[in-house]
Amino acid sequence: MADFSGIIRKRKRQDFIFNIIGILCTLVGILTLGALLFDLIADGVGRLNWTFLTSFPSRFADRAGILSSWVGTLLIMIVTAFAAVPLGVSAGVYLEEYARKNWLTNLIEINIANLAGVPSIIYGLMALGLLVYQFRLGQSILTGGLTLAFLILPIVIVATREALRTIPQGIREAAYALGSTKWQVVRHHLVPYSMGGTMTGIIIALSRAIGETAPLITIGALTFIAFLPPPPISTQPPFVSADWLQSPFAVLPIQMFNWVSRPDQAFVTNAAAAGIVLIVVTLLLNAVAIMIRYRVRKRIKW
Amino acid sequence: MQDIPSLRHPVAVAADQSDNRQPPEAAPSRQRRLSRIKERFIEALLFLAALSSVAITLGIVFILGYESSTFFAHVSIKEFLTAPLWTPLFASPRFGIMPLVLGTLVTTAVALAVALPIGTIVAIYLSEFAPPTLREVVKPALELLSAVPTVVYGYFALQFMSPVLQKLFPGLPTFNMLSAGVVMGIMIIPYVSSLSEDAMRAVPMSLREGAYAMGANRIITALKVVYPAALSGIVASYILAISRAIGETMIVAIAAGMQPNLTIDPREPAATITAFIVQVSLGDLPHGSIGYQSIFAAGITLFIMTLFFNIIGYILRKRFREVY
Repeated sequence: MADFSGIIRKRKRQDFIFNIIGILCTLVGILTLGALLFDLIADGVGRLNWTFLTSFPSRFADRAGILSSWVGTLLIMIVTAFAAVPLGVSAGVYLEEYARKNWLTNLIEINIANLAGVPSIIYGLMALGLLVYQFRLGQSILTGGLTLAFLILPIVIVATREALRTIPQGIREAAYALGSTKWQVVRHHLVPYSMGGTMTGIIIALSRAIGETAPLITIGALTFIAFLPPPPISTQPPFVSADWLQSPFAVLPIQMFNWVSRPDQAFVTNAAAAGIVLIVVTLLLNAVAIMIRYRVRKRIKW
Repeated sequence: MQDIPSLRHPVAVAADQSDNRQPPEAAPSRQRRLSRIKERFIEALLFLAALSSVAITLGIVFILGYESSTFFAHVSIKEFLTAPLWTPLFASPRFGIMPLVLGTLVTTAVALAVALPIGTIVAIYLSEFAPPTLREVVKPALELLSAVPTVVYGYFALQFMSPVLQKLFPGLPTFNMLSAGVVMGIMIIPYVSSLSEDAMRAVPMSLREGAYAMGANRIITALKVVYPAALSGIVASYILAISRAIGETMIVAIAAGMQPNLTIDPREPAATITAFIVQVSLGDLPHGSIGYQSIFAAGITLFIMTLFFNIIGYILRKRFREVY
């Protein structure tokens, strides 16, 4: 009998020890995130001011700023969203609501799963060979935006499908019973009801695209741009122009990469400041996504 | 559609009646036909959107194959696979991919040595030990690790991790594969922990209860019952981690150095396949030159490596799949 209590004590001790190990391992991740944020802020927050945000890059570290790169990031994101969202949501709707079970559907599904595992730099090489040199779109904002759109397409498709899957079958049946066509069911019911989940996925995908550096370097984004793309709206007729799509560009992560790889410590400080801006935007987007997800979960009870 | 004749204009009613050779459903059937065409058209559009993902894959395969085929017209496959030097931009170029492949494999191995054990332990802890409230807080916090842009991790590896590791290993150069690999490993912890935890939580409670009834404690249950039962999903998370580590670019481009180096010592600097592509792309290489083609040859090597691991993962997943 004494033996048993010994065994029990031993096993309880094992559990206790693993508990400690588990907490320590979890802390490794959390503390690294903390160290990273702290390191970045300690290095760069002193450099962060209004002129830094409104100046062009410069040979002199103390005069250099991130105006052209944040404008570039913003414009690229607009192109990416306009390309990836309609395409990804349509593809998701097709695969979830329309597709029949056949080899073609199967192929598309396997393909999407595989695309999600392709390294981002490969998308850059594809865009360089195809968009820049075959389609002659140049090393432009349009090319950059489309490249990132290809990259996040699988994420948008998967998010759309998961959101659609949470809608109970009864909703579809009720709409059909009232004489709706398939498209009416999709447009008036499924897409609006799944909007919350889809939006969460889209925002997460865009926050990933903002931080992507490698594919844009590959297609030949510039690191030193001392001008802004032509504005999309002007006072002269025809008031709107699409010239900005053809403009060369820089983006925030490439600007940061350019500064961090210089030996001069003053530029490394600039890199840290650019990193703060980048990480604040990314974390804000993620926070918005988490908030939407939380509110959707709370509001909708089928 | 039902017409109520008394509410309609008498002439219209007369016109309807005079034209009684046509079947009465003529108007609605035309409408229905139109709407059927519209439905078909929309379905075709949606189908094309779904097909665009296949077009992207074909684009990748076509471009990598097309551009590297011109490369391999200049360089033999044997030279590519066996030459010990990778100097495509030198006056007397050598085209041996092995230094880059080794650099990629060493940084990947370091990253996995960090991410797989820590990620697995975190997954077991969160799934089997942690109280639910803690899990709800910790899981999204860990997932933020994978939301941080990789260029920021590169900065962190070079400016923080390298000096810290230099205190542990005196003589460690500023640029080295070790600090890049460790930071990369921390970045991919959430890929392993989140997916593995999902897999473990999907294991039915009755299996755990069976183990407890036999006198097992939590850790024995986790390691001998839950982990093997969830192995299919856990392997999937490991493969995802490997793919990410092989394809990771900015951390190694910033912190591991840019010189191709035929070594397996992680304390040395070395270029990876991805770092080489970045380095060449930053320069201004003319389209069609051998240097330009060399990045596609490097790219197709990278693509084949990730494809290889994905196929292995697919086979393993099938083998370990357990059905309840």
